[in-house]
Amino acid sequence: MDFATVVFIQVMYAVATLALISVGLAIIFGMMRVINFAHGEFLMLGGYAVVLPVQAGVNLWVAMLIIAPITVGLFGVIIERLIIRPLYGRIVETVLATWGLSLLMIGLASAWIGFYQAGAAPPFGSVQIGSYREGLYTFFVIGVTALILAGVYGFLRHTRFGLIALGTMQNPAMAAALGVNVSRVYAVTFGLGAALSGLAGAILAPISGVLPVIGITYIAKAFITVISGGATVLAGTIAASALFGTVSQLVTYLSTVIIGEVALLAVAIVLLRLLPEGITGRFSRGGL
Amino acid sequence: MSRGRDAATLMAVGLIGLAVAFSLPHLVEVFVLVELTAYIVFAMLALSLALVWGYAGILCFGQSIFFGIGGYAYTLGVMNIGESTLPVALGIALPMLFAAVLGYFLFYGRVSDIYLGVITLCVSLIAYNLINSLSGTEYKIGSVPIGGHNGIPGVPVVNMPGDSSRTFGFEEVFTLSLILLVAVYIGLRALLASQFGKVVVAIRENELRAELLGYDARAYKLVVFVIGAAIAGLAGVLFVNWGSFIGPTVFSIFFSAQIIIWIMVGGLGTLAGAIAGAVFIQWLSTWLGTNKIIDPNIVLGVIFIVLVLLVPKGLQPMLVERFKRRRRSETRSDTRSETNSRLGVP
Repeated sequence: MDFATVVFIQVMYAVATLALISVGLAIIFGMMRVINFAHGEFLMLGGYAVVLPVQAGVNLWVAMLIIAPITVGLFGVIIERLIIRPLYGRIVETVLATWGLSLLMIGLASAWIGFYQAGAAPPFGSVQIGSYREGLYTFFVIGVTALILAGVYGFLRHTRFGLIALGTMQNPAMAAALGVNVSRVYAVTFGLGAALSGLAGAILAPISGVLPVIGITYIAKAFITVISGGATVLAGTIAASALFGTVSQLVTYLSTVIIGEVALLAVAIVLLRLLPEGITGRFSRGGL
Repeated sequence: MSRGRDAATLMAVGLIGLAVAFSLPHLVEVFVLVELTAYIVFAMLALSLALVWGYAGILCFGQSIFFGIGGYAYTLGVMNIGESTLPVALGIALPMLFAAVLGYFLFYGRVSDIYLGVITLCVSLIAYNLINSLSGTEYKIGSVPIGGHNGIPGVPVVNMPGDSSRTFGFEEVFTLSLILLVAVYIGLRALLASQFGKVVVAIRENELRAELLGYDARAYKLVVFVIGAAIAGLAGVLFVNWGSFIGPTVFSIFFSAQIIIWIMVGGLGTLAGAIAGAVFIQWLSTWLGTNKIIDPNIVLGVIFIVLVLLVPKGLQPMLVERFKRRRRSETRSDTRSETNSRLGVP
């Protein structure tokens, strides 16, 4: 029974991490049709934006919940202006340019910060479940992810800017005709996606530590999740995270973490053969 | 260009290639030959992506998967068997098999081009993580440990088919690699000039139209994908023979990015450009690496961004275009053609 509880918590945690690392990518890709290959490095930047201030004496929560998202969000706005904007509508070129950005960021991080694992101790203690111990931070990650997803949904559905952004993504020309500053909406949406990536990187930093190449461990899973999710940004990401998180965590229990990852990929590829438009591609278009 | 002239050019390329392959080992030092062999291996890998991406329009970001599988298949085979003929065949056949399975899911699922790129990249990343993690001594194939992140050192070099005591030296590996590179180049040119090659290019240009004309785009793409995997696998086999070493870095994102950059520098839709791109970028990163001026990641990243934003077609097509434009403007200074063009007379 205790074992079942622990497995359930671990599966929930795996699902939450997948959703967490994918949500920023899902917004940038699902809404703007921009494939950001530097997504993993946005997460890495978010990690450093919490670890470096904490080492300098800043409070962990201030660094994690305020400094990291703002830093990466602003960085995203700058990148959108310099690299993404000249390439709108040219998906392949965008991928290649952001891939270059990814290599550049890895190179700069290794050159400036160095190739060692930086970290911050995870807060809270742990809780006893039968003969197992589970860190309370695990529950924090699950809870925060749920809050972030709910927040994104509420923001896009119930605020003025959110509705304008959704409308602009559906029909930019019409939005422009109605007086919306389309390029500003794109910039803010990209910044929002980047800020969420930064927040995700910051939340995971105390667990996984930060390295210049840490993004590579996230990026494959994030892309598979978002692509398999399909056209509906949030629902798709949640559904795909739930499926892949469960599969990979259960396989991980039976073998190793890496085999769990391989299982995730195999399920995704078979899934795309069955549902080429992703899990939500068939049911609804233009929804959330 | 007419067909006869094309064939003559190819024959000349073949003859020059053979002449260089056999004469150069007598002319330069072994050190230079070893360095040249590395360039040849990368040029062959570039050719495989030039076919798959440049001609068939299949956006494969993970061409290094096949390179790595080829290298590992040869390594594990030759260290178990001790004779290299079958392992070389395995190094080509296993990547083809893997490409056929992966390609079946991707092409027959009609996964669109950009997703295909992302998925192939994800496959190579996960292969990297997988091989990296298999470092314990309990992970072995036959009697050979996979080695995980340490890789497998001391891999035997190929031998004369059937005679395992007669292994190749550095000079012979160079000769073999160059002959194979020339053969692959000529083979690809012939393939692209054939009916099959023309259909492949037609599918790249307009998939719907090609299908309406009765060609099964999925099958054609799958075949090209598998051919590309065979060439990449062969390059992987030669890579192991060059360095006697294979490690999981052949699957890394950095390695995959390099192949894309070679093609972008050389230009999409050219074979010679891909070879030139590979040689130039490899030379550049070797030079930067030995001089330790700057992290090669930074350089590759900047080259990548600049190429996409400023030279989207690649260097070779841009130079050709500029050259043509200059020739055109020279002919235009001839008054009669200028008047004619002004009047709209061709």
